[in-house]
Amino acid sequence: MRTILKNCKVAGRPGQNVIYIDGGKFADAFEESAADEVIDVKGRTVVPGLVDMHIHLREPGYEYKETIATGCASAAKGGYTSVCPMPNTKPVADNAAVIEAVVKKAQEAGLCRVYPIGAATKGIEGDQISEMGLMKEAGIVAVSDDGRPIKNAGIMRKVLEYSSDFDLPVLNHCEDKDLSEGAMNEGEVSTSIGIRGIPTAAEDIMIARDIILSEYLNIPVHICHVSTMGGVRMIREAKARGVKVTCETCPHYFTMTDRLCENYDTNFKMHPPLRTEEHRLAIIAGIKDGTIDAIATDNAPHHQDEKECEFSNAMNGILGSETAFALGYTYLVRTGEITLERLVELMCHNPSMILKLGRGGMNTGDDADLAVFDVDNEFVFDKNSMLSKSRNTPYDGWKLYGETIMTIMGGKKTYEKLC
Amino acid sequence: MGLKSKDLLGMKQLTPEEIMEILDTAKTMKLVIASSNKKTSHLQGKSVVTLFYENSTRTRLSFELASKYMGSASANITTSGSSVAKGESLLDTARTIDMMGTDIIIMRHNQSGAPHFIAPHLKASVVNAGDGMNEHPTQALLDMLTMYERFDTFEGKNIAICGDVYHSRVVRSNAIGLSKLGAHVTVYGPRTMMPVGIEKMGVRVADSVEDAVRDADAVMGLRVQLERQQKSLFPSVAEYSRFYSITQDMLALAKPDAFLMHPGPCNHGVELPTAVYDCEQSVINEQVTNGVAVRMAVLYLLMARRNNL
Repeated sequence: MRTILKNCKVAGRPGQNVIYIDGGKFADAFEESAADEVIDVKGRTVVPGLVDMHIHLREPGYEYKETIATGCASAAKGGYTSVCPMPNTKPVADNAAVIEAVVKKAQEAGLCRVYPIGAATKGIEGDQISEMGLMKEAGIVAVSDDGRPIKNAGIMRKVLEYSSDFDLPVLNHCEDKDLSEGAMNEGEVSTSIGIRGIPTAAEDIMIARDIILSEYLNIPVHICHVSTMGGVRMIREAKARGVKVTCETCPHYFTMTDRLCENYDTNFKMHPPLRTEEHRLAIIAGIKDGTIDAIATDNAPHHQDEKECEFSNAMNGILGSETAFALGYTYLVRTGEITLERLVELMCHNPSMILKLGRGGMNTGDDADLAVFDVDNEFVFDKNSMLSKSRNTPYDGWKLYGETIMTIMGGKKTYEKLC
Repeated sequence: MGLKSKDLLGMKQLTPEEIMEILDTAKTMKLVIASSNKKTSHLQGKSVVTLFYENSTRTRLSFELASKYMGSASANITTSGSSVAKGESLLDTARTIDMMGTDIIIMRHNQSGAPHFIAPHLKASVVNAGDGMNEHPTQALLDMLTMYERFDTFEGKNIAICGDVYHSRVVRSNAIGLSKLGAHVTVYGPRTMMPVGIEKMGVRVADSVEDAVRDADAVMGLRVQLERQQKSLFPSVAEYSRFYSITQDMLALAKPDAFLMHPGPCNHGVELPTAVYDCEQSVINEQVTNGVAVRMAVLYLLMARRNNL
């Protein structure tokens, strides 16, 4: 199968406006007459297929929220060709059998490269380290107890040490649960509407602990979804000292604040919670100066019944796959904070590098993973257009730039906007 | 005449004019309560349901009597005796009540925002009878009625509120309502019970009970939620009453004609010594009567809006 994409604007490659694909790989130029398909991209922007290092696909166990197939379709619609699902499924992905099942289902769906993340401790209980080696053989690329942070510093030390034997990065959701019994950011808004608060200190304390352990052990650590000014400051300072710490943030932390919780709309409820404007600005500053390495989605599908209820009872998390690039483009690139090339680094090259996935190449011989975005025309995001099984997005009706036109994985179209 | 919104969700949603209309209406309702024939026809042919997910004596009974004094058909649902105990969701429960032709649903719920969540889904008017730590608007209105009967204006008046500010929906509703009418609210309580950013709601945070009460026109004690004690918010009742209760000596620091309020139920000897509860300046029992009057006014004005539509 030979494909040509013409009239492309390839991010970071001025002058290249045609892409050749042969046998699922990027190829050297060939004649149009030799192509099975010639696609006119009409001057739209082409980037390497995006990599989401933090997603919840919900299968096995929560297929009523999302399946691997629907979650991958949703990711493909967002321009993703690689996703890394977190292990908090039912059963927990803490053993090779579950990982093998995830990998198999993902291959059957064939819509994304799925690189599972294994549980760092058995049952994500935070007590005993998991079978990391066996899970690595089954396909995991990292370990994490996402959502159930490893509370005990002694266990965290063992997780860091043992995972390093297998060269598996550790991704930690930083939250001191003893300090964060609330349902939204602690501050003026939580006080005014009477919702128990989650202080920024709950996140900062565990980030500090993980940096200290990483530095002491000289083992890398990756901080998931940073949402606080203090977190950014500590990671910046640690990086300057040479500590092997990396981190990600999510689009919601640079596009929204806790003010949006004022009407108890549960689509603004997630962990960590939306913070105040000063924290939002600190996240953007961290993205600009390189402190923040990656933008991940923390895409968290939930059923209508789990969100259409009392605020404190509602599940945490929002959908993100289908809006992440457009939010990054609209709120970071169009505003002049960063370049398109830097956005691609944050959403493709850096997550690939942290997890050693080898994604993002566009040279001859590299897997032909790419996404085509329309960055010039505004579109209105409509939750009813989503491919996810769930609808828990706060972005319904938002006017954005960067609509996905097409996604190609290994030379095969995994998403195409119907025109 | 009538309220602007279908529902009474909180003091946040009321304008100063609406608050004054409720208070003025409540004053006339007091005449009904005081009369030998406690009966009006304002709610005749209407139905009012109270849906309480939390215990209550004063609020529930006063709403029930208020609706009965005005001639409505009224019914009660509590969580233990209904399908809520079988796990029915709040929304399904509320819709069920709505579909029986209910005009007004009065709800108390242990979660902040619960009435805000159901109100847009219902034809019935929703009255918030206390939601989590958020608001308790009819309590604030009855407190304000009690003050209004003694003040010619709220403008510039100093109101001190002491106790468990963090968990108190009474504080939030009073702070919002009183500020809207130009009064100055000062709060005080243990730091462990003081929510972050409370001063952004327009209240002053005092350094001590004395500091809060000094020159106050009205002093309000709050119930200490003893059931929360295991959460280590204060070390013991003895220590609480020694450092945080409102004593007769402290009350003397307030203005000479100042009066003492408490939303009840009161833990005698904890937030207030019994002698203070019963002292001359105490208007705590009068608040209870005003509770019925204010709830009559709220039901009347909500129904007036419904009838006008």
